[in-house]
Amino acid sequence: MTIAEGDLAVTEIAFVRRAQIPPQPPPVAMTGALGWLRANLLSTPFNIVLTIIIALLLIWAIPELLKFLLIDAVWSGADRDACREIVQHRPIGACWPFVYERAAYFVYGSYPIPLRWRVNVFFAMLAIGVAWLLWLNAPRRDLGAIYFFVVLPIGSFILLHGFPAIGLPVVDTVLWGGVLVTIVLASVGIVVSLPVGIVLALGRRSPKPAVRLFSVIFIEFVRGVPLITVLFMASVMLPLFVPQQYEPDKLLRAMIGIALFASAYMAEVVRAGLQAIPRGQYEGAMAVGLRYPQMMRLIILPQALKITIPNIVNTYIGLFKDTSLVLIIGIFDFLHTIEVARIDPKWATPVTSTTGYAVAAVFYLIFCYGMSRYARAMEARLAASDKR
Amino acid sequence: MSTDLTTGASTARVAFYNDPKIRSIFYQVVLCVFIAFLVYGAASNAIENLRRAHIASGFGFWNTTAGFDISQTLIPYNADVSTYGRAFWVGLLNTLLVAGLGIFFATIIGFVIGISRLSKNWLVAKVASGYVETLRNIPLLLQLLFWYNAVLKALPIVRESYRFPGGIYLNNRGLILPEPVLQPDFDWVTGAFIIGVVASVSFHFWARRRQMRTGQRAPVFWVSAGLIVGLPAIVAALLGVPVLFDYPEAGRFNIIGGVGVQPEFLALLFGLSIYTGAFIAEVVRAGILAVSRGQTEAAYSLGLRPGPTLRLIVVPQAMRVIIPPLTNQYLNLTKNSSLAVAIGYPDLVQVFTGTVLNQTGQAVEVVAITMAVYLTISLATSLAMNLYNRRMALVER
Repeated sequence: MTIAEGDLAVTEIAFVRRAQIPPQPPPVAMTGALGWLRANLLSTPFNIVLTIIIALLLIWAIPELLKFLLIDAVWSGADRDACREIVQHRPIGACWPFVYERAAYFVYGSYPIPLRWRVNVFFAMLAIGVAWLLWLNAPRRDLGAIYFFVVLPIGSFILLHGFPAIGLPVVDTVLWGGVLVTIVLASVGIVVSLPVGIVLALGRRSPKPAVRLFSVIFIEFVRGVPLITVLFMASVMLPLFVPQQYEPDKLLRAMIGIALFASAYMAEVVRAGLQAIPRGQYEGAMAVGLRYPQMMRLIILPQALKITIPNIVNTYIGLFKDTSLVLIIGIFDFLHTIEVARIDPKWATPVTSTTGYAVAAVFYLIFCYGMSRYARAMEARLAASDKR
Repeated sequence: MSTDLTTGASTARVAFYNDPKIRSIFYQVVLCVFIAFLVYGAASNAIENLRRAHIASGFGFWNTTAGFDISQTLIPYNADVSTYGRAFWVGLLNTLLVAGLGIFFATIIGFVIGISRLSKNWLVAKVASGYVETLRNIPLLLQLLFWYNAVLKALPIVRESYRFPGGIYLNNRGLILPEPVLQPDFDWVTGAFIIGVVASVSFHFWARRRQMRTGQRAPVFWVSAGLIVGLPAIVAALLGVPVLFDYPEAGRFNIIGGVGVQPEFLALLFGLSIYTGAFIAEVVRAGILAVSRGQTEAAYSLGLRPGPTLRLIVVPQAMRVIIPPLTNQYLNLTKNSSLAVAIGYPDLVQVFTGTVLNQTGQAVEVVAITMAVYLTISLATSLAMNLYNRRMALVER
């Protein structure tokens, strides 16, 4: 029995709802933890299977990792016997006493013990410089740049290498090692590669054919070969190219190799930034009568470098990881000190290598992940400033 | 005033040292002279230093007997008779072998992880991004040393080898697999395979032309699979499988027979694939995200189902973004394979820049040859990439 249109007005209808009923809460299975589980982990049969497989994998892997690093780990001991299963009669995880004992070697290499305060001062100076540049609201960041690119390199050379005239005895670079060398190599690469990279990028976009040709040859040559061959070139060919009395020492050769390599990569990063600047900016700068250096310094480079910051930091991350390759040409960087320490008979156990590599991995991970977080924060900040 | 400027009288009023053209030429000449001076200085020093050290120069060493052994050779090589030139080819082939296999595995890992990072499954996405963040931030050299020294060298000795079904052994000397020995009849199977490849390529072109003409689609994938895999399989079955396997046997001190894969090779392959896979994952993720949602929605509104949408709309557009950086990663992998020198896998750098350089002392020639090889690979790849980009670039009005 249907109600015809006109019948609605008739009073026969017993009840008409005049107010909206309050909405019911959503089904329990769609909200809260359960709903989240359904939406994010168990949405389709395929996803259920995937979730179960990965969960099983994690349930197996995480306790194994914790067992190795903490539960079965050895926390104290004087030599390898503390970390040997045959001696201790229990499963053995990481061998931490090996790391404590060798920690100073990992940080300073063979730098003379009474002079290690110089390395500490260098680390502190570097930390101040880095913080000054990275903290965007720091006061006088222009002074910070001068400090980082001029004062710091000269100051650290005097401090680390020594300067007998002011009472700092010379420490030969063959004694340098560990984190010190890794940081020095990375800092040299960072400080040198940016200006050289900018010059090369400008050269590559120059209207002068000879300038362009040499820039392109350098950039493409270096980018086309592995870093290890550049390092070989620096370490075995460079001494041939200079008069015998000026033969550079080994660490300097590695620095030159790394700086050249990083500069070529930096040049391409900066070039991408230059290309992103609209023509109008160049034309506007020329129209107000700026010369080429003024145009670049005041108008183009500030904009181009700003948008390239994330990529510059990514290049630095690559550079930081690449410093480990100097191990192959016999420089005692951080990874090399681990390699040396792990085969020392005093601590030779089945777990020593893994412990050493775990420490190295954490070290590189902290630095590189920190840098990449900074790059990402920077990217977000730049994106926010472009939004209106 | 304005007429002066337009009639070209300006040249008369500007001193020649202010003329931009003359200045530009002057600067370039200065640069060229400076670089020529550097090169001349370096060359004359090098000649002087080499003379003093009594090191021969030139490429005469190429045909000299090498006299050292190489642990993995893809072409016949003998320490007593083979030359340095032969050692170079052995090293180059080893580099290409590990790079080729590395590219294959890194691509698979990269695509799986990259797609997983975009998965709606929270756990999968988190695990994938954990993988990428961790492995990208640890130096490759450290990863290689870890795989080699802490994992593969820590495997049990020969007598306590792990045994896997199918006659596979794993111990601290590497992986020992059954070696397939091809019987003479196998040529028929190879022939069938070649015919299958040719036929499936022709079928692909035929199907494309027919689709252009009539709009009908042909099952290209299944037909190709049938021709390339099925045809040789049928021929092999008809001939009674003309392959014998040489199964390794565990002896007292050694494993006899089979084909051994060295731990150095395994470590390098593992390290390169896993490390580059993390970078490829990021490339893939960026490529997929670069295809705007509107494309997917438009495809749905045309009535395409999710499968065809992905295959016909999203993937072709994502590939346009993915392929250039992907090639870059392949090049990086090839260049990174030179880290083999750290774990003793006999690649080009280890054999040539390592052993040959030490024996001959001819640093300039040896390093130059090694660099030339990598440079050739890089330049050839980027040339191919430029051609590809020109073909794939969006044609705008």
